Amino acid sequence: MSIGRPLRLLQGLFFAAILMLGAAPAWAQAIHLGNGTEPESLDIHQSSGVSEANIQRDLFEGLIAEGPDASLIPGAAESWEISEDGTLYTFHLREDAVWSNGDPVTAGDFVYAFHRGLAPETAAAYAFILYPVLNAEQYVAGEIDDPDAVGIRAIDDRTLEITLKAPTAYFLDMLTHHMAYPLHRASVEAHPGDWTRPGNLVSNGAFTLAEWAPQSFIRLEKNPRYHGADEVALDEIFYYPTEDEGQELQRYRAGELDVTYDIPADQIDWIVANLNDEYRNYPYLGTYYYALNTTIAPFAGNIGLRKALSLAIDREVLTQKITRAGEIPAYSFVPPGVMGYQQQSEDWADWTQEARNARARELYAAAGYGPDNPLEIEILYNTSDNHKKVAIAIAAMWKQTLGVQTTLRNEEWKAYLSSRDEKNFEIVRAGWIGDYNDANTFLELFVSDAGMMNNPGYDNPRYDELVKGGAFETDLAVREGMLEEAERIFLEDSPLIPIYFYTTQHMVKPTVGGWIDNIKDVHPSRFLSVDG
Amino acid sequence: MIEALAAPPRSPWRDAGVRLLRNRAAIVSCVVLAMIAAACALVPSFAQWPLDAVDWSAIQAPPSAEHWFGTDGNGRDLFVRIFYGGRISLTLGLAATLVAVIIGVAWGATAGYAGGAVDGLMMRAVDVLYALPFMFFVILLMVFFGRDMVLMFIALGAVSWLDMARIVRGQTLTLKRREFVRAAHAMGARPTAVVVRHIVPNLLGPVAVFATLTVPRVILFESLLSFLGLGVQEPMTSWGVLISEGASAMESAPWMLLFPAVFLATTLFALNFIGDGLRDALDPRDH
Amino acid sequence: MFSYTLRRLAGAVPTVFVIIAIAFFMIRLAPGGPFDQERSVPAEIQANLERAYHLDEPLTTQFLRYLGNILTGDFGPSFRYKDFTVTELLADGFPVSLKLGLAAMVIALIVGFAAGAYAALRRNSAFDAATMTLAMTGIAVPNFVVAPLLTLTLGVWLALLPVGGWGSFDQAILPVVALAMPEIAYIARLTRGSMLEVLRADFVRTARAKGLSERAMVLRHALQAAALPVLSFLGPTTAAVITGSVVIEQIFGIPGIGRHFVQGALNRDYTLVMGVVIFYAVVIIAFNLLVDLLYPLFDPRVRHD
Repeated sequence: MSIGRPLRLLQGLFFAAILMLGAAPAWAQAIHLGNGTEPESLDIHQSSGVSEANIQRDLFEGLIAEGPDASLIPGAAESWEISEDGTLYTFHLREDAVWSNGDPVTAGDFVYAFHRGLAPETAAAYAFILYPVLNAEQYVAGEIDDPDAVGIRAIDDRTLEITLKAPTAYFLDMLTHHMAYPLHRASVEAHPGDWTRPGNLVSNGAFTLAEWAPQSFIRLEKNPRYHGADEVALDEIFYYPTEDEGQELQRYRAGELDVTYDIPADQIDWIVANLNDEYRNYPYLGTYYYALNTTIAPFAGNIGLRKALSLAIDREVLTQKITRAGEIPAYSFVPPGVMGYQQQSEDWADWTQEARNARARELYAAAGYGPDNPLEIEILYNTSDNHKKVAIAIAAMWKQTLGVQTTLRNEEWKAYLSSRDEKNFEIVRAGWIGDYNDANTFLELFVSDAGMMNNPGYDNPRYDELVKGGAFETDLAVREGMLEEAERIFLEDSPLIPIYFYTTQHMVKPTVGGWIDNIKDVHPSRFLSVDG
Repeated sequence: MIEALAAPPRSPWRDAGVRLLRNRAAIVSCVVLAMIAAACALVPSFAQWPLDAVDWSAIQAPPSAEHWFGTDGNGRDLFVRIFYGGRISLTLGLAATLVAVIIGVAWGATAGYAGGAVDGLMMRAVDVLYALPFMFFVILLMVFFGRDMVLMFIALGAVSWLDMARIVRGQTLTLKRREFVRAAHAMGARPTAVVVRHIVPNLLGPVAVFATLTVPRVILFESLLSFLGLGVQEPMTSWGVLISEGASAMESAPWMLLFPAVFLATTLFALNFIGDGLRDALDPRDH
Repeated sequence: MFSYTLRRLAGAVPTVFVIIAIAFFMIRLAPGGPFDQERSVPAEIQANLERAYHLDEPLTTQFLRYLGNILTGDFGPSFRYKDFTVTELLADGFPVSLKLGLAAMVIALIVGFAAGAYAALRRNSAFDAATMTLAMTGIAVPNFVVAPLLTLTLGVWLALLPVGGWGSFDQAILPVVALAMPEIAYIARLTRGSMLEVLRADFVRTARAKGLSERAMVLRHALQAAALPVLSFLGPTTAAVITGSVVIEQIFGIPGIGRHFVQGALNRDYTLVMGVVIFYAVVIIAFNLLVDLLYPLFDPRVRHD
């Protein structure tokens, strides 16, 4: 970037001057974070990945923010009221919320951002996050042309009203998503196409964008105008794209990174033996599973066979010997730790593996398969060492326990997505990370009209009724009961095989302060610090 | 009678064979290569572990009496997998080279012999393919055709024939002006017959040299594809796949990198020495 | 010479056009699209995306639109890196790949040529054997093994050099070395081979017979003649090296354009892929032309009229 070089040169001269004076400066606190991939965009409406969200969370502040443990805390809104029927939210913005150029953050900035995010021309891939808002879906689909019909309204500069189409228990959690951040209209419109560049980007979060060298690093600087600036310890954040996990670990060991985005699975033994104190793994809001294509033979209507395959997988052995990153064996689809939800479980979850295998063999034989007539099946997975290892291990387990002949089909990412979405598979590896902390983000995937996300092609009217009904239910206890019953029906029908619940994996230097492991794997930099 | 007249003055093959036999490095390489090839052909059939057997008690285990070369991250025996991988890598190298040679010789000889507009058009096609980044080309072929082994041969062969075509065309242009070709032509032999009977046999020298150097290139390129995750399908494996798995477990399980790397490097060494030996042997000026 | 250059450039136009057409239709026919993600988006959003990027039009219309755009120098925005245009990404990345590649090639040329020539002069000596063994190793070990080994030993264990990143001189050392190694090996072997051939050639024998000193003979004639095959090797290789190496860039975290050839294709980043393919074609054609123009300087028998 043309802006980058003179800046860095100046920086170098500055440090050189300090060194020559021999003075010990009040050293700026900087943190170096591995961040997975180069962001696809810093535009809050154009991105969809975790790497982008990490940076956007530091740059912007929505109505609701996340604390160091990812709990919901007031953000740009200092307080809010929810109407009796749960459909009208009134937010009161902080008086001291300002943009990095000094302009106040107004309710109109949120209205502008919502309208922009939902506009068909913007074509935001994640626009559906805002669908609980009245008429949002219709506006995206082009059924409504007037953005003012969307249920978001500025009463005055500091009061914002959002109307939902139905009560939505997880709406506040959704507001932490980058799709719900405000935008500074004047700067966005002044720089169409490049408003996210350093110098153009006006943000309201704890940090501002200082430098962006594509494929190299992104540097953020502390925003002195941020309302909580006094509590922000870091002066600078460097985000590095780290596509190769092995090399990311090397950079971490060489002291070039303070936190890694991930760890190389093949090096876990070494890490545990040598750097165990810096190795963090923690349950994540996600499930790793094998979807069975229930729309075609042999799985269509064949619940016994589906259960047999699920029973025959020894998840303890799989997670302890193969994946080895602290994953939790899964006997349900909704992971543990989801708010307002009692985790469900397969009725055989507490059996020994021998008992499960025996039952699996019974069901397998009952489905008409045996040594002379083995099931021949294909697992589709996308290119990755981990998916490969899991598939090999599961194929081996099925072969040993049931005599199933498994073929492995590995496709690169885009081809895999295309095969998966067109249901061109028998068994497909898949994973789901919740968009927000609520059972709905997991269960809504498998209602019969969910479209391509319903990988197994599951179709059960009672399940649809419970999940869709749950979305509109205001009585939280009743809602919880409905969703839990839905999952029990789902597990009984076994359209997919839950394998394990994800864990997040990071290396964190002991000098990093304020890092709290949490289920959403959200670590806002405003709470982090670096000693010495 | 006519045959004798039209044949090249003398066959250089006998002399070349003698010269090759005198090249110690090349001979040793041939022996080593033959041993590796034989092991790849035979070991899998006699090994105590099948290709995809998982030893749950020895996941990513170092070399032992049970598993001579250790096991991989799925507890599969590396000793067995290296020889299975060798089958794929060697077959791939040979098959892709064969494809490259066939297309390259046919294309280059035709263009060179036909000359004129045909030559111009054919060599323009080579220029076009030359200027396409072959990485991009191969990746798209893999995307289209999945990981089918046969298609992988063809894809790799299809990007390796360009140099061959250029070399062959150049040689053909030279040969065309030689007496015995002119003689055959003058006696009314059909162009195809001239190309097949007189041009192609005389191209064998440079083609053989080029082919021995193409095999290692293809094997290496296959390893690059494996590094990018576009290698052969499990449970089959190749040296490239094994090495790229080993490289990512370099510190946890050095044996996973060491053994396949030694086999790959030895094979490529041998092929290169043989290539050099052949070139020296076939070059009539080299005495 | 000038008209020769002009003729070659005119001839390159249809070549580039055919390449554009091949690449355009190949990438479009690959399964999956630029906006497919783990989370498949609802149909109405998919429709909006396709409309915004004109992907809903017939393929031929899109092709003509694309041709029209690139004629005006507009390569469009990247589909994957949405905040940047393809031109910007190439303009940012190419200088990096160029610097890295040129540094590696200069080192490879000096080291490889010297080692190869010396090995040829001392044929069958210990030096010859050692050089050729090293060269062989350089060719036989894939760079995705060499690069992590270098970073592990020199970067992590000995802590002599930085492991990744780009910008300072010391950050460039490991990637340049890793990139240069196989090229050193190829050049050394090539030089040795052609040098041996030259030393047997008639004009060298004549020079010797005329009593020219060995040193003068080598410097004046042999090296120049031996450089010929190296020169024809250098053209395409330099073009390939300066357009970036996906392995080196990925492992060392270098912001070059090499990764775009692979990641662009894998991400179905249609515009970026087209950009790098066209760029690559132009660089290759330019280098081949350059080599052909340089050839007469080394080989007086060749002349371009």
